[in-house]
Amino acid sequence: MLRIENLHAGIEGKNILKGFNLEIKPGEVHAIMGPNGSGKSTLASVLAGRQDYEVTEGSIEFLGKDLLELSPEKRAGEGLFLAFQYPIEIAGLSTINFIKTSVNEIRKYRGQEPLDAVAFLKLMKEKMALMDIDKSLLSRSLNEGFSGGEKKRNEIFQMAMIQPKLAILDETDSGLDIDAIRIVANGVNTLRNKDNAVLVVTHYQRLLDYIIPDFVHVLYNGRIVKSGPKELALELEERGYEFIKNEISVEEEV
Amino acid sequence: MNTIEYFKERFDQIQSENGSNGLGSLRQAAFNAFSKMGIPTVKHEEWKYTRISGAFNKEYKFPVNRMVNHLSEDDLKAIRLPGSEQANELVFVNGIFSFPLSVIPSAELIVLPLQEASSNEYKDIVVKHLGHSSNYLKDGINALNTAFVQDGIFIHVKKGQVTQHPVYIYNITDARSDNIFSQPRSLLHISENAQVQLVETYATIGLGESFTNQVMEIIVEKDAMVEYYKIQNDAGHTNQVSSTHIRQIGKSYIHTVVISLNGGIVRNNLNVVLEAEHCEAHLYGLYFPMGQTHIDNHTVVDNVKPNCLSNELYKGILNDNASAVFNGKIFVQPNAQKTNAYQSNKNILLSNSASVNTKPQLEIFADDVKCSHGCTVGRLNEEGLFYLRSRGISEKIAKSLLVHAFAIDILEHIKPEPIRMYVDRLISERLEFNIT
Repeated sequence: MLRIENLHAGIEGKNILKGFNLEIKPGEVHAIMGPNGSGKSTLASVLAGRQDYEVTEGSIEFLGKDLLELSPEKRAGEGLFLAFQYPIEIAGLSTINFIKTSVNEIRKYRGQEPLDAVAFLKLMKEKMALMDIDKSLLSRSLNEGFSGGEKKRNEIFQMAMIQPKLAILDETDSGLDIDAIRIVANGVNTLRNKDNAVLVVTHYQRLLDYIIPDFVHVLYNGRIVKSGPKELALELEERGYEFIKNEISVEEEV
Repeated sequence: MNTIEYFKERFDQIQSENGSNGLGSLRQAAFNAFSKMGIPTVKHEEWKYTRISGAFNKEYKFPVNRMVNHLSEDDLKAIRLPGSEQANELVFVNGIFSFPLSVIPSAELIVLPLQEASSNEYKDIVVKHLGHSSNYLKDGINALNTAFVQDGIFIHVKKGQVTQHPVYIYNITDARSDNIFSQPRSLLHISENAQVQLVETYATIGLGESFTNQVMEIIVEKDAMVEYYKIQNDAGHTNQVSSTHIRQIGKSYIHTVVISLNGGIVRNNLNVVLEAEHCEAHLYGLYFPMGQTHIDNHTVVDNVKPNCLSNELYKGILNDNASAVFNGKIFVQPNAQKTNAYQSNKNILLSNSASVNTKPQLEIFADDVKCSHGCTVGRLNEEGLFYLRSRGISEKIAKSLLVHAFAIDILEHIKPEPIRMYVDRLISERLEFNIT
């Protein structure tokens, strides 16, 4: 589904990703963990197509297409979704109007008719229940004055409405209490199936207690330095990122 | 044409015909002031960024009341605003008030020629208030209007009456056969405990040049409430100076929304004088020019008495080569303690060649007041744009959603629903066809 090869990317002339490789197949959940500054957010931004990031080398293939050739909206149309670490507040744009536009623009991209009011409402009610979202939240301006938990639930609510093929969760657990993490994780787990995939980008292991990854990758200094099963996340939590750094310096000395 | 000489001829002609009426001396004083000051140029501090003198190099017809033009019902139909079937309709054609075209179903509303009102039971009101705006508009263009005040009207809302139907005021220029210079003039008197909604718009028929130099003076008595909406969406070959002067002479409430979308040069002077304690004034504005349009909003909020509240928010969206000016003055006079006065001006530039000059000015002579002002000029929020696009929304639609979101907190202050929906539609259409 997603194949990233030898990706070099950065911002404002600074190289952050330096030869990043990753392959994700349908049905899989991958977690990327790493200390601050390792390149986690850069990866999420490059995948979603944020314009101030520059790719200097390497390739990204998504469902057979060259992802780097696509605008952010086309990437979304193709089935890529980024849950933002810091969802943007937009005063004056109602959440419901935003989501309706999003759902129907993606349908248009795929050559489908827009959802009529009844079908949209039905889908929305179902997903609102899943994410424990109150109706009043949807009539408010997008993310404006939302609590941290409301913002993150709203992200996963959008994901539920759009039903992407690959969802990237960028530090979705940051700023959430345990109850909110449970709701978010439950939403993500409900949406999982054999045809879609999830990439969890996180600093901490705790979200991975609820969204169980098939693979854990450790990102350090712009590259994946270690991959393993879900137990790797626990090991990182126990021993901290220091042990990875030590392993690397030992390797480099050898 | 030599502007001053041209207008002097017209002035002398009228003065010789009805020089002895009650307005004669006011007119004479105003004309003397105009002769001295002339049309303001960019050297005038208040006109630094708005050049109207160029428009006076053209030949205009300046109609006086013997030349009233008769519009057909079809002409009017194209100009009417939504909700007009429920409204009082006051129609000016080429600056002359037309009784035949006006429809006034509300009994609480008295509409008379100023000339007549200056000599009947309303004489005291007219004498006391007419021309007060010249204290604030110290330039020749206001004086020029006042020099020809004889064709204006007097509008009176009776004491304790709530006007059930809004008052729509149409300033129509018929430029089908000539270039037209017009000067609508009105004095509105909102009596004690009365309420009224005013909606005003401008329309030019035909392809001749038009220049409208309007002055409206609104007197608000104790416990009265006034809502005033101005919609400017005239053709690109029309210019106007529109001066609205509001005096709150008793504890009262006013709410104004100025929407400026189209025209050649549009200059608005909005002055609000809070002359009694516990007055409240809300001023909102949205300008969204495109092409070569220039829109200039000069506002003055003058706090004369203590314990008043004013809140002002003007927002601008500029596309293409459009330009705009915002100049907002707040005065707090020495006696006006406990004044709360807020002002904000926010602008978004959608193109590299659009420009805005914004200048907030606070002049505070009292020490126990709360005042704030601020202005911003920026581009569309890139982060917001990326967020929307990452949800599959095309760049074009994302931009129009963001611009609309920016405008909405002005639009929601338009209380009459048909007018709000109408303006919203004009803006949505503009976004659909002109944003790339």
